[in-house]
Amino acid sequence: MSEATTPNSFRTGPDERGHFGIFGGRYVAETLMPLILELDQAYEAAKVDPAFHAELKGLNATYTGRPSPLYFAERLSAHLGGAKIYLKREELNHTGSHKINNCLGQILLARRMGKKRIIAETGAGQHGVASATVCARFGYPCEVYMGATDVERQKPNVFRMELLGAQVHPVTAGNGTLKDAMNEALRDWVTNVETTYYMIGTAAGPHPYPAMVRDFQSVIGVETREQILAAEGRLPDLIIAAVGGGSNAIGIFHPFLDDPDVRIVGVEAGGYGMHVYNGHAASLNGGRPGVLHGNRTYLLQDDDGQILEGHSISAGLDYPGIGPEHSWLNDTGRVTYVPATDQEALDAFQTLTKVEGIIPALESAHAVAEAIKRAPTMGKDEIIVVNLSGRGDKDVFTVGKILGVEL
Amino acid sequence: MSSLPVTRIDARLAKLKTEGRAALVTFVTAGDPDPKTSLSILKALPGAGADIIEFGMPFSDPMAEGPPIQAADIRALAAGQTMVKTLAQVRAFRENDHETPLVLMGYYNPIYIYGVERFVSDAKAAGVDGLIVVDLPPEEDEELCLPAIKAGISFIRLATPTSDDKRLPVLLKNSSGFVYYVSVLGVTGVKSAAAGDVAAAVARIKAHTPLPVMVGFGVKTGEQAAAIAAHADGVVVGSALVNAVRDSLDDGKATATTVKAVTDLVADLAAGVRRGRP
Repeated sequence: MSEATTPNSFRTGPDERGHFGIFGGRYVAETLMPLILELDQAYEAAKVDPAFHAELKGLNATYTGRPSPLYFAERLSAHLGGAKIYLKREELNHTGSHKINNCLGQILLARRMGKKRIIAETGAGQHGVASATVCARFGYPCEVYMGATDVERQKPNVFRMELLGAQVHPVTAGNGTLKDAMNEALRDWVTNVETTYYMIGTAAGPHPYPAMVRDFQSVIGVETREQILAAEGRLPDLIIAAVGGGSNAIGIFHPFLDDPDVRIVGVEAGGYGMHVYNGHAASLNGGRPGVLHGNRTYLLQDDDGQILEGHSISAGLDYPGIGPEHSWLNDTGRVTYVPATDQEALDAFQTLTKVEGIIPALESAHAVAEAIKRAPTMGKDEIIVVNLSGRGDKDVFTVGKILGVEL
Repeated sequence: MSSLPVTRIDARLAKLKTEGRAALVTFVTAGDPDPKTSLSILKALPGAGADIIEFGMPFSDPMAEGPPIQAADIRALAAGQTMVKTLAQVRAFRENDHETPLVLMGYYNPIYIYGVERFVSDAKAAGVDGLIVVDLPPEEDEELCLPAIKAGISFIRLATPTSDDKRLPVLLKNSSGFVYYVSVLGVTGVKSAAAGDVAAAVARIKAHTPLPVMVGFGVKTGEQAAAIAAHADGVVVGSALVNAVRDSLDDGKATATTVKAVTDLVADLAAGVRRGRP
């Protein structure tokens, strides 16, 4: 769609106005602009403050449990009969996913900015739970916007958020999924902009969010690099991560972007299949560039620029957009993005559970599905790292329902 | 820039200034509740007392709108509204009305997908006088603002309670036509501002610009319009008008009273605006 030249480095973006090539930017209502600029300044100041990093590092270690292990999935590798598969165990983090990495960074920033109240949007509820968790830890009121459809299919996470003291607002607009939750969170923010910090859960939205969330999530890739070098003495041949908004993916990808021998694959939600109109949530494979939620990026949309709802079995991937840096990495060709269908994710969910005793989140199961496809085609001396971004406890009801089991 | 011909917006506002009264700026969503009724509403607005028309380009994800305009956008899209139809309605309006300024208002993505160059050219040809694009702050002026100005279409900016003295010069830099002051923090159609706050804010904005300042958000009645008109160059009403459309519908369909429901409210608001500065 768009022209993109190969840069000297894939790791220097965005520019000062938040652009990754033609993607990114700051497409927000004027009411929010002064705050967006203030946030940008606050984040730039925090980035160069050793005390900020020290506090975050300490919390990552003792609160989240970092570093998360890099686990050699010996039985899965043998089962597939090809490449060695390693799992980056983000699902072992406190709260059960990578989302906590970002929330801890942002709550420290909100505190620096003197904000009094936190709002967040959530799809699967993982970001909502992580937001509610850090708000409990730091004593902030927290309100979470969640699509009514997602409230229904992710009940365990809704209750967790409430236990943590957060107020969950079901959003009935649209299809009641992540896009609608984000619209409603933005409406809250416009109304309460002076007191409120908006804790965006993925590497999307107006600048500086995409870069900031990526920075907080890059701890995944930084650790992976050290861990694979320690285990294998070399970098992996292939890194795979699931992509909705894309925060776990950009977190593991970013530290490897300038290693040309490391192939990188993002897995989008293929839903019912790419041939089904509005039946998937694969923005890069089935959408085109547009402007929504503060940034230019690939979007699922109709010919008149109206945004489609999309579909995925996984609430966390059920979003019609994707972080702008992924759009740029797609157009530059540095990262390959492929879809995995609901069925493929469901199969991978069961395979990993049975073969390794690890129940993955349905989101992460999309990445596992791609590893299952690729590993048999690769040599036994080749190495794949899969980012296991979240655990699947929250999904057992959804999966049980599909498999016809009454829970 | 001084050689530009006088626009319909400038001409209308100059005329109102000589009359010593504020403008009534009415917002309705294009295609709400269906394309045909929407065109009838559009054509009836000037006669009912609208001085400037804001015609909303419906969008699936109107992030700064409250429930009334969200619902209007959904009604319009469900009835098959497209950008092509919106521009056709403007052309049809212009067949009989050469004086009432018409401003298209909405979000950027439908314009971006239509194509900026094509949009600016087709909008100008259709008789559009100005644009208000909610999610295009001055930081993104190259996208649409500068091409629109070049084509002779005014780019109208929203100023808000968060627009401080540092921010105002930035957002007013490439503004033309008028300034739309969003008088409360929040989405459309929910809260209303106190008249005293409005007066102070208008004075603050006027210290930075010679442009007229229109005030909107939460104005529902002729009484409120009168109170705002005392302190501003104009009053913008939107959510109350699309609610009038909504309340006239029968099972989601337009009725014989739909157009009149809007024009009656416009007439009440117009009377209010005229009372505002006795």
